[in-house]
Amino acid sequence: MASPVEQFEITEIVRFGTIGDSPVALTNSGLYMILIVGIIAAGLMMSTRSTALVPNRWQSFSETLYEFVANMLRESTGKEGMRFFPLVFSLFLFVLVANLVGMVPGAFTVTSHIIVTFALAMLVIGTVVIYGFIKHGTHFLGLFVPSGVPGWLLPFITVIEIISFLSRPISLSLRLFANMLAGHIALKVFAGFIVSLIATAGFASILAPLPFLMTIAMVGFEIFVAGLQAYVFTVLTCIYLNDALHPGH
Amino acid sequence: MVDPKRPGGNGEGPSPDDEADLSARLKRLDARLGEISNGRAVKTESARRSASNMSGLGQALRLSAEFISGIIAGGLLGWLIDRFLGTSPWALIVCLLLGFGAGMLNMLRASGELNRKATSASSSADAARRPEGDEQD
Repeated sequence: MASPVEQFEITEIVRFGTIGDSPVALTNSGLYMILIVGIIAAGLMMSTRSTALVPNRWQSFSETLYEFVANMLRESTGKEGMRFFPLVFSLFLFVLVANLVGMVPGAFTVTSHIIVTFALAMLVIGTVVIYGFIKHGTHFLGLFVPSGVPGWLLPFITVIEIISFLSRPISLSLRLFANMLAGHIALKVFAGFIVSLIATAGFASILAPLPFLMTIAMVGFEIFVAGLQAYVFTVLTCIYLNDALHPGH
Repeated sequence: MVDPKRPGGNGEGPSPDDEADLSARLKRLDARLGEISNGRAVKTESARRSASNMSGLGQALRLSAEFISGIIAGGLLGWLIDRFLGTSPWALIVCLLLGFGAGMLNMLRASGELNRKATSASSSADAARRPEGDEQD
């Protein structure tokens, strides 16, 4: 029986050379990322190629996606947050499609690697910090000093607020990564039970359909989680961007 | 249809009557548009609410990630301070404790957020309706 973590292995496909000791190569992870971006770009281009006032089903699908993300962004950041719409929409689509592509049997799940989700989270937090300082200058640091706290408690609370801010990219990336990793491992373990039950070739192989049913149920649940985690990632992105736009709540 | 706000000026000239009729129709149209967009906001809100209620597991995972990330951030910060200042275990210990506090803060904040989202549907429906007017630009 194959190991349940074998599906997360990174393999090189084309090696371009080395920088120092580390190889520069196109890996399966990179290939799937290119594939994901290709799917998104092709899908959106195809669906908006012939725009009509009364949309056909593909156009209305992409319009629904647009409306969904735009409403989410407007709800939490207001009108001026719409300047971040390209970033938020790209992030949402990338995470969503990466999670869904991972559900195809045999496919590689890009978002099950913490370095990928952490890079996405750092992109968000970097945008928040840079934009916050450009827009508000040192007033942005007011985010760390809550109002209405007694004076002797203020240094403590400020340090805790700073750590809390530093933990944002970690929690943002950890949540997506942990959900995808745990889901795929559980799926693989239950699927492995089918094989090993059948392989006993005795009385126990009668029980083989049970983990099979469980696997089917879990595939449905994992697809739900894939969508939900993309949604949660985007909602938190919007909430953090709101801090950059309006610090000092 | 009967419009309630038509001024009963039947005996007067046709042009003010037309004006009144037009403005009444405009008002009715406005009200109906408002109703429809209201209904849409409420509907999406309730759909989202049921989705978030359905995933108790998602909520649990979210809260635990908030808590753990606070501790990890505190630990990392303390480790880095130790490394650069050479105060070997102390900054790590203090920052881990502060990280525990930060994790708690994160979690309370997240759960407060979740509760607020679940309980006050009307206020968030209002918030959803507010930007509808800005859609043209």
